[in-house]
Amino acid sequence: MRRDYTLYLFAALGSFLIVYIALPLAVIFLKQASDWEMLVKTLQDPAVLDAVKNSLLTATATTFIALLFGVPLGYVLARMDFPGKSVVQALVDVPIVIPHSVVGIMLLVTFSKAILDSYTGIIAAMLFVSASFTINAARDGFLAVDEGLEHVARTLGASRFRVFLSVSLPMALPSVASGSVMTWARAISEVGAILIIAYYPKTAQVLVLEYFNSYGLRAARPIAVILVAMSLTIFVLLRWLVRRGGNA
Amino acid sequence: MLEVISISRDYGGFHLRDVTFGVEKGEHFVILGPSGAGKTVLLEVIAGIVEPDSGRVYLNGRDVTDLPPERRGLAYIPQNYALFPHMSVYDNIAFGLRLRKLPKTEIKRKVREVAGVLGIAHLLNRKPKTLSGGEAQRVAIARALVIEPPLILMDEPFANLDVQTRSKLLTEMKRWRRELGFTAIHVTHSFEEAVSLGDRVGVMLKGRLVQVGSVGEVFSRPANEEVARFLGFENIIEGIAEGRKLRAGGLEIELPLEVSGRVRVGIRPEDMILSAGPIGSSARNEFRAIVDSIEELGPLVRVHLLVGRLILRAFITRSSLLELGIKPGESVYVGFKASAIHIF
Repeated sequence: MRRDYTLYLFAALGSFLIVYIALPLAVIFLKQASDWEMLVKTLQDPAVLDAVKNSLLTATATTFIALLFGVPLGYVLARMDFPGKSVVQALVDVPIVIPHSVVGIMLLVTFSKAILDSYTGIIAAMLFVSASFTINAARDGFLAVDEGLEHVARTLGASRFRVFLSVSLPMALPSVASGSVMTWARAISEVGAILIIAYYPKTAQVLVLEYFNSYGLRAARPIAVILVAMSLTIFVLLRWLVRRGGNA
Repeated sequence: MLEVISISRDYGGFHLRDVTFGVEKGEHFVILGPSGAGKTVLLEVIAGIVEPDSGRVYLNGRDVTDLPPERRGLAYIPQNYALFPHMSVYDNIAFGLRLRKLPKTEIKRKVREVAGVLGIAHLLNRKPKTLSGGEAQRVAIARALVIEPPLILMDEPFANLDVQTRSKLLTEMKRWRRELGFTAIHVTHSFEEAVSLGDRVGVMLKGRLVQVGSVGEVFSRPANEEVARFLGFENIIEGIAEGRKLRAGGLEIELPLEVSGRVRVGIRPEDMILSAGPIGSSARNEFRAIVDSIEELGPLVRVHLLVGRLILRAFITRSSLLELGIKPGESVYVGFKASAIHIF
């Protein structure tokens, strides 16, 4: 029998991308390891610590806001037919295709002083670019819940809201949670819109850029390393939690 | 107790057309029809899940047409049972009781009681995913019955089960009804379920309820050719059994096994044997009959016979028709073996 090499060929082609993603991650850590002194110095820099704190807080706040508004919207998109639904659905996906600098300009033109250089501004930028993930994940999660379950729960005496809380939401929870993780990840990685709307209060993403422009690569690298390490740790941890919850 | 008046609805390719019927308290009402007849939509209209385009639904004299499902208090069991996968069997059954804010001890007592009757007390801690088809069906029935609804709506409750589980549950359903005394509308395409469980039957074809009546009536006098073709021309006889004898319509029929009480039996028309004179074999039920009418169906002929107060149908070949010289109004002998009788 002749062996089929198709899958091996595909794996070889695909591994290009894996190496391409993994290589810079590995290199930046390795290079930093040879410059231990700078890393320690950066970790003691109050400006850096403040910026990291700002990034974490705003990304987390964004995630909760996206949940509060995105989960109900996801449920409506999954359960209701209404004129203009396809327009709403398209609108949800629009932020993904707009360049993030443009997002910043649009938000600033629309809300100007209300969001300029404030926490509100950072969160506004993050929410705009990251809410789609929560909305779409919630919608897909609710779509996967058999409507028959909701019907039965209602005949047993539960109101629509009660059915949502006791049947639909618990069942869609793994999907909603993984959407939240994506929203959080997208929020903490946002730079373009934040640069335009809220250069201050300083977030770690913006600080990397500033240090690079003012002091060069050697000063920017440790912050980058800290950001990558932190984001990856939290991302991997959350994904692990979500997956474990989904299997239980 | 339930009045469905002139319901019409177009819904995803299914059409309900002017459906009217009523269900009495304590009755097991079977809606019998082929798949695609609109039976499920009808149940959903009664449950309040689907709004009718026109027509009204009355429950105990009250118009419930505009009420949402949670305010009708009917229990609905869809064909896939729809057990809540994220809850244990106990929580599934307790779901409706908790919504009624019953005390915890009362909920526990009621769940255990219904689980006992349905034989699922040992499954209460399991997740629905781990149940067999038959077990899942019992849990779904328990969850519906425990809230003591005025009416329970069952959509093809036995369709997803293997043959053995099915016949076992059919028998048990009769016992549950005796012990728990519920009123049910039961939708099915199975002739056997209709005859075994139904007090009355409504035959549904292409979105219309074409005939409603007692089981015996519907099967012995189909309203039209369409109903007759769907029902498959079985001979259904209802009577009182005592040991191996069944008394029905002025006849005494020998049964293949001992039963007692009110029973229904079925005999296929091809198992009927016609003869000009009595054959007198002891292993056989034999009666004098009057030929009512003859229908030609290609190579076969269907003979309608009046036997006592019963109407029976027999298939014979065209050649035996000629040989026996059977004509309407004349008398013949009709016989069938006890072993050809199916007791429902």
